[in-house]
Formats: sequence, structure tokens, C-alpha cells
Amino acid sequence: MDIIVCVKHVPETAEAELKIDATGKGIEKSGLVFDINEWDDYALEEAVRIKEKFGGTVTAITVGSEDSDSTLRKCLARGADKAIRLTDPKFAGSDAYATAKILYNAIKNMRFDIILTGAQAGDDGSAVVGPVLAEFLKIPHATMVKKIEFADGKAIVNRELEGGLEERLEVKLPALFTIQTGINEPRYVSIMGIRKAMQKEIKVMGLADIGLGENEVGEAGSWLTIERLYVPPVEKQAEFLTGSPDEIASKIVEILKSKGLI
Amino acid sequence: MAEIFVLAEHRQGQLRDITFEMLTKAREIAEKTNAGLTTVLLGKNVRELAKTLAEYSPKVLLVEDGKLENFNSEAYQKVLSHLITQRKPVLTIIGHTSYGVELAPRLAAALNVPLATDCIDFGFEGEAFTVTRQMYGGKVNAKAVLRKSESYMVTVRQAAFQAQKPSVPINGQIEEIPSPLTEEITSKRFLEYVLPPPGGVDITAADVLVGIGRGIKDQSNIPMVEELAKSLGGVLACSRPIVDKGWLPSDRQVGTSGKTVKPKLYLALGISGAFQHVLGMKNSDLIIAVNKDPKAPIFSFSDYGVVEDLFKIVPVLKNKINELKAQKSS
Ligand SMILES: Cc1cc2nc3c(=O)[nH]c(=O)nc-3n(C[C@H](O)[C@H](O)[C@H](O)COP(=O)(O)OP(=O)(O)OC[C@H]3O[C@@H](n4cnc5c(N)ncnc54)[C@H](O)[C@@H]3O)c2cc1C
Ligand SMILES: Nc1ncnc2c1ncn2[C@@H]1O[C@H](COP(=O)(O)O)[C@@H](O)[C@H]1O
Repeated sequence: MDIIVCVKHVPETAEAELKIDATGKGIEKSGLVFDINEWDDYALEEAVRIKEKFGGTVTAITVGSEDSDSTLRKCLARGADKAIRLTDPKFAGSDAYATAKILYNAIKNMRFDIILTGAQAGDDGSAVVGPVLAEFLKIPHATMVKKIEFADGKAIVNRELEGGLEERLEVKLPALFTIQTGINEPRYVSIMGIRKAMQKEIKVMGLADIGLGENEVGEAGSWLTIERLYVPPVEKQAEFLTGSPDEIASKIVEILKSKGLI
Repeated sequence: MAEIFVLAEHRQGQLRDITFEMLTKAREIAEKTNAGLTTVLLGKNVRELAKTLAEYSPKVLLVEDGKLENFNSEAYQKVLSHLITQRKPVLTIIGHTSYGVELAPRLAAALNVPLATDCIDFGFEGEAFTVTRQMYGGKVNAKAVLRKSESYMVTVRQAAFQAQKPSVPINGQIEEIPSPLTEEITSKRFLEYVLPPPGGVDITAADVLVGIGRGIKDQSNIPMVEELAKSLGGVLACSRPIVDKGWLPSDRQVGTSGKTVKPKLYLALGISGAFQHVLGMKNSDLIIAVNKDPKAPIFSFSDYGVVEDLFKIVPVLKNKINELKAQKSS
């Protein structure tokens, strides 16, 4: 089975302090640690597991700057056979729709049985690239997939609905699946694996290589343009309890006592 | 007259909350822009649902077909493409739910209608259609503008709008449209629903929940918080990554893809406060959050906040509670 996995190199922001940059339309990237998008990590793992079971190849592909190489290397170390980076100054400002277009033009002439993407990117949280890419390729898709099995040239997948409910679907191959976290347990990379991956080639392609026009990518080719970023207004401002851990714990105990909780 | 479409979402015979949330917002925009509001309902034997929707929407377009019995994005896409091409609504509103996420991006791409997903606000501003959405796990809001078009599409975050009944009773008209589906959809077929495994612990019944998130760092730290939960007479709950890693069973997960809880106390430890989690716990009577990041979104949903390393707070807190309980019983 030949599998293409779309991966995005994103900043880890859960514990970082974010600052809006001078343009007001982005965040300051310096000082942030970038890594493979959490959902794509599960997608890559799933691809490698399918390859290990049925044979075939795994190709990791990204739209991003040279910095994304570390994410592609991670994929190679974890079992991807090939890596492709789509880089061009004209790609800057591409939203999820334009990104799907770029990916489509790079992928359309490649051989594949399955394409996996993450359910969403942790930075923009659009959940758009996968289904749009499937529409461009005219192949069926399923989103938020938590289990993939194969039978008679078809995939049987579980998709996540709300509240713990799932649905099982039968999907004809070739198909695209967007992967939800928890589908597997991504493996750790061995030092050996990383060393080997350093020697593998990353293929780089630009706008002209994939035959797209300037106006089809970047802001011009996007659905959505950010006008301004701002810190969300608070819904309910917490009263902060301060002091030493001992003092804080005492304050919590007092609150719980006053509410009759202890 | 310009028309706004709202796609009614329903499952197993029930209209879902998001439908009424979308309708509330859609009515507001329709009034402001003098547009007509049309709810689109696709399904099989859903006439009763259409009647309910007619109390919220002046017009209901009903398409009934056996092929629409269970949600299938390909069948939905065919029917909606037909309706949108024919009626050219200025705006189509769909829920940012598991159904909407499966349907909207592909539908928008097929129709070449610009789409913004997971919106918490949206509307026409002069010539422009603007949206507000969140980025970076809720740490930043983005105001964005959609490419100029005759027709726009949005998916709407759950609970972003509060569902309200119309102030003046509406007695909407139900218009039945013959199904444009001519053949079976064979590339993707619904097989069955899969229920979550029957849980051991019912976190929705607990008065006190200690919710842990990725800040707990390692499975080996779980007994420590489990003891705190016991001291408080409560049980452990968690955010999604804890279940994804297999550290706690899925029946402990709070949030949109887990349980909705409303305990007397929710103590959030090392949880950032992504909306998918918050939606499951924000109506708790008392919320206390411990997080070392002062900017963590969880603090804007909490009554009390502690900006500190949870590993410094938990042991002391547990001791103090145990001391107090010992005093009381002696
Ligand atoms: C379709 C969909 C459905 C989802 N459903 C759910 C759901 O039902 N429930 C759910 O929870 N999530 C759900 N998610 C995931 C959600 O988007 C977030 O990724 C998740 O809630 C983050 O969990 P977290 O807060 O534990 O981790 P993170 O966001 O990584 O946050 C960890 C926090 O711990 C803090 N921290 C770290 N170390 C310490 C320390 N020593 N002391 C104190 N604080 C510390 C950090 O500052 C940070 O704020 C869903 C996502 C999608 C796309
Ligand atoms: N720049 C990118 N390069 C490659 N894949 C991407 C890129 N952006 C998004 N994707 C893929 O699309 C998924 C959903 O992203 P999004 O639609 O932006 O939320 C991600 O999990 C990736 O698999």
C-alpha cells in the first residue's frame, strides 16, 4: 500500500507565552519550539503501521519553509521512505484552502492508495486541508478517523462523533482520511533512526515545479485573510490565589470549607 | 431577496443543539441585512423535525430520501450543491461538528464558495464578510475576512451562540423539494453507530472532580492526584490527551468528545482550557484551576486561579485536607 502523509511543522504553544507581532496579523515565532503537528504525528504512525502490515511506501509531504525539514526528518526516522517539501516565497499567506491546492498539484501525479492528514492543525485549527484535497483529487474521504481496517479493496473506518459515539463507514480506495488523536501510540525515534534519516534526501519543489500560477497561492489564492489578532476577552475572570504553595493550599481549603465541600 | 441557509443537524431522530444555536445567530443576521432565513433539513422520515424547525425559521426546505437516512457527507454534498446552485444563498451556515467538518470544506471547494471554519462570530460588515475564530488552542482570536464572493459559507463552533426562541412566534412554511439523488452513494457507506464501552466510573454523577491534563506529565504521577481526589471525596477526570495516551480510560474524559459534567467542584490541574475541554465543564458550580501559565485560557472560565506548578500544590493541599478531616473526626 502506498501512503502519502501530509504533515505540518507548527509551534508548540500550550505552555509558551504568545506575543502578537508588529503586523498584528501573526504571532512572534522567535523563541517558540516547532515540531510536527500533534494530529499528524498520529497520522504518520498510522501510515507506518499500515506499511509494516501490508508493505508499500510512506511519503511525508509538507508545505513550509526550510525549517520544516526537522519535522520531515522526524517522519523519515519514524519509518517514512520519502520526504517532499513544497517551498516558495509565493506560498506565504496561504490559508488551508490554498495549502490544499498546493498539495493537490504536487500529489496529483503521484501513485497512492491512501492519503492521511491530521484532523486539524494545532495552530490554525481549520480542519479544512484534508477534505478539500480529497475534493480536488475526486477521491472519497472520512474525517476524525480513530480506526482503519481493510477488506476487499475497501477501508472500514471508525469516525469520531460527539460524546464518545463513533460511526463505522465503508470507504472505497483510493481514499483520504483525516486522523484523530488516540488512534495509536506514536513510537519513539531511536538515535539510530535519526542518524539514518539525516542521510536521506528531502525533495524540494516550488511553485513552477508543480505548475501553479502566482494568483492561485498565497493570499490571492486563499479563502481567508487574517486582518488582526487579539487576546480573547475573558468570559469570567478568575480570582487569583497567590502566596507560597502552603498559603495557596490554605486559601483553597478555606474556599472549599465555605462552600461546604469539606 | 437575499437568503441565508442554515443546515439543520440531527442524529437518531433528534435535532442537535447546534441547530438552534445557528438559527439564533442566523435570525440576527437576517434581520440586520433584511435577508430571508431558510433552514435546510435532509433526512428520511423527518417531517416532525421540520415542524419543530418551522417554529424557529420562516422557511424550511425539506428533502426526504432513504439515501439520507444516516448522515453521509457525499449524499449531503450532492443535495446541498443542488440547492445552493439553484437558490444562491448569500450565506450557508453549518455546524463545526463531526458532521460539519466532514461536509463543509469539500462542499465549499466543489462550489468554489469561500469558507471559514470553527467561527465564534461572523457577519456582513459593509461590503465585506468577516469572521472571528480562534487560533493556537484558544490563546489568540483572529478577525479575518473572506474573499469577496456572492455566496459565503461558515462552520460555527458549538456553544458559541446561545440558543434562543424567536421573540415573536414564527409559523414557518415547509417546502418539500424532491430529492435530487438519483443513484446510491457507493464510494462511502454508513454501516453502524459504535457506542462507547460501558464505563466503570460515571464522572457525570460525581460531586467533586479532579480533572488532570497534559501538565501531569507522566502516568506515574497519577496515583498522587488520585489520592487528592479521594481526600476530597471525588473522582479523577481528565482532558483528552490523558485518554489518548491510555493513562485513564475514556469514560474519564471531559469535553465535546467525552462527557459533559456539572460537579459542585471541578479542580483543573495542568489543563490549558481548549474549548473542546471547556465545553464539557464550564457549567460546574465552582471551578479552581492550577496552571503554571498565567495566560492559560482555562483561567477565563474559572472562579479561582492558581499560577503555580501543580506538583507544588497537590501534596500540600492533600495534607491540609487530610489534617482537617482528621480534626473533624477526632
Ligand atoms: C474534534 C476534537 C475533539 C476534542 N475533544 C476533546 C475533549 O472531549 N476533551 C478534551 O479535553 N480535549 C478534546 N480535544 C483536544 C483539545 O483541543 C486539546 O488538545 C486538549 O484539551 C488539550 O489538553 P490539555 O489541556 O491537557 O493539554 P495542553 O493543551 O497541552 O495543556 C497542558 C497545560 O498544562 C500546563 N502545565 C504543564 N505543566 C504544568 C505543571 N507542572 N503545573 C501546572 N500546569 C502545568 C501548561 O501550562 C498547559 O496549559 C478535542 C480536539 C478535537 C480536534
Ligand atoms: N502546510 C501544510 N503542509 C502539509 N500538510 C498540511 C499543511 N497544513 C495542513 N496540513 C495537513 O492538513 C491537516 C489539517 O490542517 P488544517 O486544515 O490547517 O487544520 C493537518 O493535520 C495536516 O495533515
